[in-house]
Amino acid sequence: MPVPFRVGVVTFPGSLDDRDAARAVRIGGSEAISLWHADASLHDVDAVILPGGFSYGDYLRCGAIARFSPVMESIVAAAHDGMPVLGICNGFQVLCEAHLLPGALIRNDHRKFVCRDQVLRVESTATRWTSDYREGQEIVIPLTNGEGGYVADARTLNELEANGRVVVRYLAGNPNGSYRNIAGIANEAGNVVGLMPHPEHAVEDLTGPGTDGLGFFLSLAGAPA
Amino acid sequence: MSPAVDTVGAAEQTPELAQPYKELGLADDEYARVREILGRRPSSSELAIYSVMWSEHCSYKSSRVHLRQFGEKAPKTDILLVGMGENAGVVDVGGGWAVTFKIESHNHPSYVEPHQGAATGVGGIVRDILTMGARPVAVLDSLRFGPLNAPDTARVLPGVVAGIGGYGNCLGLPNIGGELYFDDSYIGNPLVNALCVGVMRADSIKLAKADGPGNLVVLFGARTGGDGIGGASVLASANFDEAHQAKRPSVQVGDPFAEKVLIECCLEIFAADLVVGIQDLGAAGLSCATTELAAAGTGGMDVDLDRVPLRDPTLAPEEILMSESQERMMAVVTPERLEEFLAVCGKWEVTATVIGTVTDSGRLRMTWRDELIVDIPPRTAAAEGPVYQRPIERPLDQEAVVGVDGRGLPRPRSADELRTTLLRLAASPNLADKSWVTDQYDRYVQGNTVLAQPEDAGMIRLDESTLRGVAISTDGNGRYTRLDPYVGAQLALAEAYRNVAATGARPLAVTDCLNFGSPEDPGVMWQFAEAVRGLADGCQTLGTPVTGGNVSFYNQTGTTAILPTAVIGVLGVIDDVTRRTPQGFSGDGALIYLLGDTRDEFGGSEWHAMHGFLGGRPPAVDFAREKLLAGVLISASREGLIDSAHDLSEGGLAQALVESCLRGDTGARITLPEGSDPFVALFSESTGRAIVSVARGDESDFIGLCATRGLPHTRIGVIDLLVPELDVQGQFRISLRELRAAWTRTLPSRFER
Repeated sequence: MPVPFRVGVVTFPGSLDDRDAARAVRIGGSEAISLWHADASLHDVDAVILPGGFSYGDYLRCGAIARFSPVMESIVAAAHDGMPVLGICNGFQVLCEAHLLPGALIRNDHRKFVCRDQVLRVESTATRWTSDYREGQEIVIPLTNGEGGYVADARTLNELEANGRVVVRYLAGNPNGSYRNIAGIANEAGNVVGLMPHPEHAVEDLTGPGTDGLGFFLSLAGAPA
Repeated sequence: MSPAVDTVGAAEQTPELAQPYKELGLADDEYARVREILGRRPSSSELAIYSVMWSEHCSYKSSRVHLRQFGEKAPKTDILLVGMGENAGVVDVGGGWAVTFKIESHNHPSYVEPHQGAATGVGGIVRDILTMGARPVAVLDSLRFGPLNAPDTARVLPGVVAGIGGYGNCLGLPNIGGELYFDDSYIGNPLVNALCVGVMRADSIKLAKADGPGNLVVLFGARTGGDGIGGASVLASANFDEAHQAKRPSVQVGDPFAEKVLIECCLEIFAADLVVGIQDLGAAGLSCATTELAAAGTGGMDVDLDRVPLRDPTLAPEEILMSESQERMMAVVTPERLEEFLAVCGKWEVTATVIGTVTDSGRLRMTWRDELIVDIPPRTAAAEGPVYQRPIERPLDQEAVVGVDGRGLPRPRSADELRTTLLRLAASPNLADKSWVTDQYDRYVQGNTVLAQPEDAGMIRLDESTLRGVAISTDGNGRYTRLDPYVGAQLALAEAYRNVAATGARPLAVTDCLNFGSPEDPGVMWQFAEAVRGLADGCQTLGTPVTGGNVSFYNQTGTTAILPTAVIGVLGVIDDVTRRTPQGFSGDGALIYLLGDTRDEFGGSEWHAMHGFLGGRPPAVDFAREKLLAGVLISASREGLIDSAHDLSEGGLAQALVESCLRGDTGARITLPEGSDPFVALFSESTGRAIVSVARGDESDFIGLCATRGLPHTRIGVIDLLVPELDVQGQFRISLRELRAAWTRTLPSRFER
């Protein structure tokens, strides 16, 4: 048995999926540690998840305020040192605002919030969060967001594509106008991953469209540290 | 210099001063009663309090004499931990768990300002649930609009949906069900009824009372602003005229982030047991919270209004008392626990201010700039408002409406006509796919959603530590209720009950939102009285008590009232959510059974609606049959005998088949019961029916179950995964692709450019 990872899940004011992410971590066999936005300490965790929600109400720009919280300063530093960091939905937006990932998320092109069971293709398994999948594997996990359109300049997009940093891509229809159907990306080192769909809502047959999201949480425990 | 404030002293010295009580909505005799209670004229602040507390919305003055029946006819039950009268009823669902739920209207504000009106409707009901000590875990919405193609529907519907979604999604509350219907009568009078469900341990219920002299009254949450002033009395108790634009400032503005933080803050406060009593601020704001807390507690309270944190420092005390600014709560805290209480608020960056003290004086006293401006017995405002026995008279046209029963409408006979009718009905606004709306709501957040719309009922696992769950459904058919309000309300109850049972859950308790026209119209009052009587009788028969709810009057334009719309929510419990029964067909070769009896019943039906016709009598209600059917559905779920179940309601068997086929993408071959009239078999809306699918190996056990209990059951077909079509043998075939196109296109083609 691998030693369980200690995975920190950050709660910002306005975080919504923090308890859900912690549950997914536990189902994936790791230990979930809750981290508070105002506490700079990471409490010796091995990895961090930034959950979905509307941090600080997202009244300025999604993730724009959360980026400046004390805990984020520590997370940015740890990420640069190689700590696995996963940003889901609002967490992805925070990672972009914090410049741990390139590009930005803008309002869905159809101007509406969307909740649906989304088909994705796993494009890269060379990250700390997707090694449990097969390359090209098609998975279904919920997508729920109002500002999920991924945008970046052409050079950045080409670079992401060329270096295998597009982690998951939308299939069966682009749900939000994301450039090149991009649903999630990684940093160069592959330890930081952000995606709009919610793998933590596809970890139990009972409460989601299936268990296709579990791989994100198993990858961590399965991969060598 | 602030303008002179009317004080209690001034009121004593100027007894003859003319006061604008009529503008505030008080009748002559009501004003006289206030003077009698106080032994003088009220100060302007006291007048503000009485005017909002005695409004129809807050006092239930027209409905109270009828609503009493819910208590008088309440079935004997030991599941009710908190009954009517508190912010929401609380039901014991076993295993030490309790569930609280309530439905409430926000109709008038949603017409004036659809987005904010609907959003704050969600916010208000969520605070009611939170106030009971529960974590809110799900919302449902029951919506009614004018015709799909009416110009104003394009303004109101998208705004309401965005408001519900914007607020609920931001709170992290899954939206798991509800309904959406269109009818001419809702032009200018949309209905926005929001239901919230909360979960708590049965021993941690909180109540709204200010007990213990010397305890402190703390106002926390958002600051008080000028929004929603007079909302309760002006908006909820008057018709709109052409000048409705002028009322725009009366609609409250919501801040879901503030509410989300307030929820987490309250839950932490509850967990540490830091409050003696708690009340949310909704309609009538501070007036309501202070009078109700004091009236239900030791009886007195001293409040220093200067301490209320304001968004707008120019607000006068009367305005502070009437403001309906959202996201505010009031707690009663012992002096010993105050520091801890404030520390939790500090952690969540929630503003919290001690504004008063509990006393045993029996008086609610408020000061402003060191002057006494309010000095009243709080019960007189909160609990002893006026009660009216409004005149009741069966509408003159009732006989005419019921008398023309639509028998003359040409019924489809040929296979082709039946096929066309099925497609037209499936595409009609009331029966068409609603995912254009529901896809704008998050149904997954919190990770406990077991079933969500378009399932017969939403189902939530109480917590990941248990397999226990609750199912909930709302239903209401204004067309039926127009034809017969007594039966119509019972039909809504029966359908919600049946929907809950279809998922495998045992129906336990009821909440209701009664939307009607003006109570000053004797015809409307007759509809209301009949509907309440029907509902109370029905709940008594089914053994499901009414735990709370809401009445919304004055839903009318000029003298034309909306269809009387009693929306009924039924809550049920299921011991093991993995045993849930979904709506969609799945297992290849599984047999499809029709349960119950089909009669020639088309009064109020969707087939009539398709012809623009409303007349005749609604389908008959048979509660004994409903109980029998529910019993079979629940047992079959427990014993694993059925793969799917779907209740039959609007659109009849045809629509149920369409929905069960399209829920996944599963074909079915159907043989209509021998000797039946195909049109009646397909489209009648007889109640007490459901379709289920049974795996072949379970057939004899399932038939045995039905036979033992005496439930009529007819095998009508088989699921065929290989042939993607709905095949009604000997009549017609429709490919699932054609069926889906017809069913799904209606809403997007209206709202997508």
